[in-house]
Amino acid sequence: MNIVVAMKQIPDLQQIRISNRRPVLEDVPLTFGSIDKSALEAAVVLRDSSGEGEVLVLSAGNEDLEDTIKEALATGGNQAYLIMDQSLAGADSSIIAQVLAAGIKQLNDVDLILFGEGSGDNYSGQVSSRVARLLDLPQVGYARDIKIDGDTAQVVRVLEDCEEVVEVKLPAVITVLSDISEPRIPSVTQILKAGKKPKHLLELDELDISLDQSHPIITLSNLAPESNRKRIVVKNSTELIEVLKSENLIGG
Amino acid sequence: MAKIMIYSAKDTLSLELLSVARTIASSNGAEIMALTINNDDLGQILADAGANVSRVNASDLILADVAAVADVIAQGVQQLGVEVVLLSSDRRGKELAGCLAQIIGAGCITDVSAIQVKDGRIECERNALGGATVATQYIEGDRQVLAIAPKAFPAASGEGGTVTELQVAVKPSGIKVREVRAKDSDSVNIEEAAVIVAVGQGLKSKEDLAMVESLAQSLGGVVACSKPVATDKKWLSEDRVIGLSGKLCKPDLALLFGISGQVQFTVGIRDARTIVAVNTDENATINQMADYILTADMHEIIPELNRLLG
Repeated sequence: MNIVVAMKQIPDLQQIRISNRRPVLEDVPLTFGSIDKSALEAAVVLRDSSGEGEVLVLSAGNEDLEDTIKEALATGGNQAYLIMDQSLAGADSSIIAQVLAAGIKQLNDVDLILFGEGSGDNYSGQVSSRVARLLDLPQVGYARDIKIDGDTAQVVRVLEDCEEVVEVKLPAVITVLSDISEPRIPSVTQILKAGKKPKHLLELDELDISLDQSHPIITLSNLAPESNRKRIVVKNSTELIEVLKSENLIGG
Repeated sequence: MAKIMIYSAKDTLSLELLSVARTIASSNGAEIMALTINNDDLGQILADAGANVSRVNASDLILADVAAVADVIAQGVQQLGVEVVLLSSDRRGKELAGCLAQIIGAGCITDVSAIQVKDGRIECERNALGGATVATQYIEGDRQVLAIAPKAFPAASGEGGTVTELQVAVKPSGIKVREVRAKDSDSVNIEEAAVIVAVGQGLKSKEDLAMVESLAQSLGGVVACSKPVATDKKWLSEDRVIGLSGKLCKPDLALLFGISGQVQFTVGIRDARTIVAVNTDENATINQMADYILTADMHEIIPELNRLLG
């Protein structure tokens, strides 16, 4: 089966520094979100168990994608479809969804489209639902398990208070939770081979779309929350208990 | 006059949305309406809280089919001339938000934790960059879908609402529900806890959870964890994960053991009143957001604390 995995290029969150409450993004390497990587791993497992087809990694962003994509190809993606334009870096979910949907329309015989339940940086969770709508495909969110049986997928969807086992006709859009799979670490050989895998570079004007840019999201500020923590160093357990008692945080 | 519609499948979240709607309406005079789908009890609850409810009863509609539900809400938006839709940012609501926004051609912001109306704009706060920052954003244009974080607003009360029927068409669904099962969890609610004892990847083995549990018990608290402890190691259930894709907690006291302090975690605990960090690394990021810092091995400290408190 052919599975599209949509992945978002984001700054490596562990390397973001805060200076005067502002995030410093210069020199922070780009990567894919961790839930996206779980989606890729889930796709690779489904492809391998079906014994045929390909995992197509789809992403929209700036030209750095050409480098960022290597890891996804090393960890099991067969081909990459990269829609690259400077304007797509940090673009609204609605724009990215239109671009990804247009990209998917150019692919043949897609059985399944996977997303992470949210991106690593904004965790907004909109793009998958928007893409499903744009392609008029059924959607199921928050999958912890996916089994394919012919032209249907059986999905275990985890909600706050219950789990639903649902059946959805393929092709469909499914978003996954990170515990659906643990992303693999690529071997050196796999990393080297990844360089030879097909990368299809698409520019915005090659896609058959006129972007609806109405209702943009305007960001007024983006600052780290103010933190007024005491940061008092205590030497041992006894001292810790004393300070917590003195603040009436623990009994006794 | 602008119209705001609220929809959530859940009682408490619906009442929280009603308070958000009233906050917005008090600034811009918008008319508020509530939508319920196949849930007459919720319709009554909202009416009793003073909302004017449009009630949909569509037996063919499968609530697990988010696209179909979005389609029904979109018909409500259309028929009632709504501009702003407020949804709950729980999993179902978030999945719904993007879909509805796409149908009605709206801008959409999810996980909204605070709202302020300024110059006619609905300014929303939400976490960004994995929780490292809080962004203030608004949607330009009239059609807006805002998904509001659970517990960010109080539940509304009031009286004298009304209930009217709304007729909609339901399209055939591509989704079948085979089974709904209660969640395989130990049913703990870390969001409500006054004291949280959280462990991270510094925890060496699953067996060590026993000492953590006994510390939590003697403090009248609950055990929670960073994501890898549940997702990778599977030592605790997903319900106990603190962080951006887990729970956002506001305890009086949070004791954090063996947690390095990645933003995706800290976003879920930074509203705690007092934070204690116990970590072997004196330069651990978590120490920057702690009130009390103890540089030590949790495997020595926790048994000591248990002895001293026991």
